[in-house]
Amino acid sequence: MSTVQVVFTLNGAAVSLDLDPAERLLDTLRYRLGLTGTKEGCGEGECGACTVYLDGLPVNSCLVPTYQVRGARVESVEAIAAERLGPFLAQGATQCGACTPGVVMTALWIGAHPELLETHTIRELMAGNLCRCTGYDGIVDAVNTALGHGEPPV
Amino acid sequence: MQRREGLAKLTGRERYVDDLPLENFLWGMTVRSPAPRGRITAVRFGKDVDWSEFVIVDHRDIPGPNEILLIERDQPVLAASHVRHVHEAVLLVAHTSREMARRAAQAVEIVVVPEPAALDFRVAPRPEQIQYGADNVLKRLKIEKGDVERALAHAPVVVEGAYETGAQEHVYLETQGMIAWLEEDVLVVKGSMQCPYYVLNALQHALRRDERRVRVIQAPTGGGFGGKEEYPSTIALHAALLALKARRPVKLVYDRSEDMAATTKRHPALVRHRTGLTEDGRLLAQDIEVILDGGAYVTLSPVVLSRGIIHAAGPYACDHVRIAGRAMFSNAVPFGAFRGFGAPQTLFACERHMDVIARTLRMDPVELRRKNLIRDGQRTATGQVIQDGTDRVAVLERALALSTFEEKRRAHTAFNAAQRSKRRGIGLATFYHGAGFTGGGEVHLNSRLRVAGLPDGRIEVLSANIEMGQGTLTVFTQIAAERLGVTPDDVVIGEPDTARVPNSGPTVASRTTMVVGHLIERAVDDLRTRVGLDDRARGSVVKDAIAHWYAAHPGGRLVGEAVYEAPPGISWDEQRYQGDAYGAFAWAAYVAEVEVDLRTCATRVIDFVAVQEVGKVINPTLARGQVQGGVVQGVGWALMEECKFKDGAMVNNQLTNYLIPTSDDVPPIRVAFVENPYPHGAQGAKGLGELPIDGPAPAILNAVAAATGTEPRAIPLTPERLMDLTR
Repeated sequence: MSTVQVVFTLNGAAVSLDLDPAERLLDTLRYRLGLTGTKEGCGEGECGACTVYLDGLPVNSCLVPTYQVRGARVESVEAIAAERLGPFLAQGATQCGACTPGVVMTALWIGAHPELLETHTIRELMAGNLCRCTGYDGIVDAVNTALGHGEPPV
Repeated sequence: MQRREGLAKLTGRERYVDDLPLENFLWGMTVRSPAPRGRITAVRFGKDVDWSEFVIVDHRDIPGPNEILLIERDQPVLAASHVRHVHEAVLLVAHTSREMARRAAQAVEIVVVPEPAALDFRVAPRPEQIQYGADNVLKRLKIEKGDVERALAHAPVVVEGAYETGAQEHVYLETQGMIAWLEEDVLVVKGSMQCPYYVLNALQHALRRDERRVRVIQAPTGGGFGGKEEYPSTIALHAALLALKARRPVKLVYDRSEDMAATTKRHPALVRHRTGLTEDGRLLAQDIEVILDGGAYVTLSPVVLSRGIIHAAGPYACDHVRIAGRAMFSNAVPFGAFRGFGAPQTLFACERHMDVIARTLRMDPVELRRKNLIRDGQRTATGQVIQDGTDRVAVLERALALSTFEEKRRAHTAFNAAQRSKRRGIGLATFYHGAGFTGGGEVHLNSRLRVAGLPDGRIEVLSANIEMGQGTLTVFTQIAAERLGVTPDDVVIGEPDTARVPNSGPTVASRTTMVVGHLIERAVDDLRTRVGLDDRARGSVVKDAIAHWYAAHPGGRLVGEAVYEAPPGISWDEQRYQGDAYGAFAWAAYVAEVEVDLRTCATRVIDFVAVQEVGKVINPTLARGQVQGGVVQGVGWALMEECKFKDGAMVNNQLTNYLIPTSDDVPPIRVAFVENPYPHGAQGAKGLGELPIDGPAPAILNAVAAATGTEPRAIPLTPERLMDLTR
């Protein structure tokens, strides 16, 4: 199998890897780099469990070939400071936890862009992250509580 | 108390089975049947694969009986000569590369000579389709109270109806997975599961290993909803067989499409009602027939049917009741445990039928329920006297008040008159859910739990009950800490590892908090007695006593224990299906408000109120979350989640075309609890986990009926189905 070299910035540090150009960013993070915080829920971009930031925008890492992130900036849930997550705990935003890292990534990104709420509801903005446990109220309440500061996620 | 493992989950530090570090391991893959029924005549290995690189397992590699131990032993671990459903496991392959294993699995051809398959559980099988007993009936059960025929013959009004519910996929966000490895001669299996001892028993049986040579450990589990009750035994056996043959660790983790295609789903059901009433709406007789699609193996269908029929008459008083149920064999993927366990299907029928009755009688559906809700001192269909002091009419009134039911009904009349293409309606359901195993089930389980004192004065709860998101770790901590008067930090919850924890029973049936939590209280009391203290001793007194015990007993181990004891006065007759079906029922009234777009026939739930009486609420945030999640899962089952089957196999086995609700598909779920402590549950709690999925579907369809003037009788009520009714 032929490999290519891919260099990118991951959670603030430079990474250089030789890998199959078809390898998914999700698998690179999880199986090659041991960053298992990013979860696979569906493998086809429907559930959002594998959400990471690519140059500051949330993407489904199961749909991104790692080859495409060369030269880019990637942040995974491991880059998120635990102190930011108090509202999620208090509001019951996590139950089984399998969707949770993806939910956190999207939620903090919404928090960083309060202008989005002029045109969209939190429920619309969170609709790309499926959760089967909470019924979403805990998540929406947490985003509501955490909002309004415009702080960058990482 | 906040969720104990919550921060680990939020930061992504929690390690699920696919996240666990594993060295020098193989990826397992499963080769499955292409046909719903037939004889295997050949297994062909593709020429383009170097098979010497692979570990391959088939039925001949099974050391013991080729049986997955459950109620019956009809299901093979790996099909040997015949297949009974599409996607039935036939062969296993493993390789260091997941991609190579996947390609190899696709390169195996299972050649099957087809035989006539039974694919519609609603119609009697033709002789050539019979594969179980004389008539493909997996299980028949009957409840009889009074004289239904006579009561129906004399009833002034008789209302009939037939109601259908579809299969539902669990869609736990973490797919099923197991890893297996050998430690010396001990086989260790670790993975996503609800019932470590079910898995242990299945491994011991088919691998012919005694319990000292098998150990099962539950890994943090990303949702279960019943889907990880019985199925994990299968995937654990597959991983174990590969690991035993390879003499290396093996990881078997399904991707979403395999998980949706191969694992169990909620039983499809057809329920018929024939109800006799007085002209003013008092129930005189209920004649109910329940038919479930069991799929290709027995699995848990007999007990799903049992819970289904026991709940089928609804939370009402009626002197003459007959409920006849049967679970049918079909060549579909086996249907299995799913939150609610048969009750959602029969309660959908019952509560939808109540509104059909109300419309027939030109009566207010609220009034019909007020009139018939069971009062203390009255008997259920199984003859159980309800005497718990809960005011069920008050639960209903609370839901009506919170939802402003009457105001909305009036507002909808005006709205619907003014709108061209939008219709609004409001509907309700009153229902109940029995907590714990049915009948003598809890006595039979004989659950055992231990609480160990630790040398530093803390305590460790040793139980086989698992956390899957529902809050076991947190609530167990609260129960133990409260009982001892110590802080949550003084309580450790042991990992569910069959080498360390006793069998406190499966994590199912809304039993964990109520039944197992109560065992924690009693085991804690026992521990306190063993250090010479009585039940009044709390806090540092207890911690000091534990530490002193260890100082006085070097090398000793301080353990308190409790074994299940049935609450006094409970009796159940399994032969006649009469008696106390459950130690306690939770009661509820749910109200749904919907808006239907007559152009697209799409239904949107715009408000939802869930009021329930579940005894004492131990953790309000977790309890509220359980209800909200259950309601939204119920919204999905009611309106959008449709398993499309071809030859008994789910063909829309992707989240692209099997749709579950997103945050934007549901309104805030407004939750309220009425509290009436149950004396035999931990801190007065009753079971809660399953109740919330019983009510949404009938409440929503009743609202659609009110909005559109149609009588929808089948779910999911997709736009296509509603279009058929409105045009």
